[in-house]
Amino acid sequence: MIELSAPAPIASRDGVSPTAGAADAAPPDGDPAGPPDPGEAQTAGAAGGRSPGGLERPAAGLGRTTAELISDLVRLAPHEGPVTVLKQGSGAAARGDATGVVVVRVGDVVLKAHPERTSEADLRIRLDAAGRLPGLMLAPLRLERLGTRLVTIWPAGEPLTPADLEAGDDHAPWEEGARLLARLHDHPLPAGLPPDGGHARLVRAVAALDGLDDAPPEIRGAYGTLPWSHGATGGPGELEGLGHAARPGRPMPPEGRDPAGRSALVHGDWHLGQLVRIGGTWTLIDPDDLGVGDPAWDLARPAAWFAAGLLATSAWDRFLGAYIAAGGRAVGADDPWRELDLPARALTVQLAATAVATASRAGRPLDDAARALVSSCRRILAAAPA
Amino acid sequence: MQCPKCRGNMRTFDRNGIHIEQCDNCRGIFLDYGELETLTRLETQWAQQSYAPPPPPAHGAPGWGAPHGGHGGHYGHRRDRSWVGMLFSS
Repeated sequence: MIELSAPAPIASRDGVSPTAGAADAAPPDGDPAGPPDPGEAQTAGAAGGRSPGGLERPAAGLGRTTAELISDLVRLAPHEGPVTVLKQGSGAAARGDATGVVVVRVGDVVLKAHPERTSEADLRIRLDAAGRLPGLMLAPLRLERLGTRLVTIWPAGEPLTPADLEAGDDHAPWEEGARLLARLHDHPLPAGLPPDGGHARLVRAVAALDGLDDAPPEIRGAYGTLPWSHGATGGPGELEGLGHAARPGRPMPPEGRDPAGRSALVHGDWHLGQLVRIGGTWTLIDPDDLGVGDPAWDLARPAAWFAAGLLATSAWDRFLGAYIAAGGRAVGADDPWRELDLPARALTVQLAATAVATASRAGRPLDDAARALVSSCRRILAAAPA
Repeated sequence: MQCPKCRGNMRTFDRNGIHIEQCDNCRGIFLDYGELETLTRLETQWAQQSYAPPPPPAHGAPGWGAPHGGHGGHYGHRRDRSWVGMLFSS
């Protein structure tokens, strides 16, 4: 399904050196694959702006290697067209190390440079799975290689943007997203698919608090209420009902089902930016964390927003109601929070940790959303059995 | 009609089906029979619309959830950029 071009000729181009950042690079920052944050998008050229010469000069605040990577991505595009940098990473990548995700749109395609050290075998399986989910997930056009980077090429869709939500939370396609997730969760598991990437994201987010003096202690406290945070040494009683997928780094049992029977094909990183319209129809994008896991985790981010008081009750009701009405298997219709409680706590910790680490590294105070999530962590800790 | 209290001139108003006489001199108000009850009923209805708690979430909430005290989320009504950005990022 996926065509992988020979790495050699591309690696030898005058772009990213195959050794660049390989030895001492920071680990992948785990940035989303996804959609471009339209707020940060910058148009690098007008029509016909596929101009490597113009792009090779590093823009202000943009590291040399990131600029080079962007110009190499532009050259990989099958056709010329207007160039828009949709994402140039955060953290390490934004400081110019170019180890994070970089996404560029060139005409009618989007090129995504995956983080350094992305497993090619896993990515191939995930791309292949996405290619076999027509109408559900966007299928990739090609997988390429640029030096040490894997690059995927996609048809450009029409993303949802923050401007679409200016009028309120209810103006997002919550029902459409919920129905797509319900269908995904009901899809037969593709052979050989790795565990979903959701738990790894949580672990990375909490690790990002390391070395921050000002990190609110309730975030790690709330993390401590998650059964697997104490390591995988807990007895069967402690882990009952969690399933293998709930433990970071734990492989799934050979048959690909956890004891609770809730294992499914899951997106692994769902949020509103993972929806694009292609020909007027909403579809899921970004299979970077696609895998086998507990499907309730795909609902956990909106659940955490709702529980933090951030997401309007009406929008949450529409999302969860549409998921249940579509026969989604992640939660029981009688008491959805039975399945949602644990993953929603996990995502609350992840979102709070990410928001705090981002603000701290930028030298900014916590904004309203971050403070709401830290408050949520405090309540999680208070509600936990002693 | 003369005001029963100060003998001033009474002026007639009709508001939302209620017939009111008000004195131009002392501003006193004269209500017809049953109109005080009508006013009380209208006020109760208005108060229920304005102060009634929002409907609870259709599918419950966790014990550690924030109180959702209005139309939007607790913080959601602010439409603050960081919140909208969070809807779109990993």
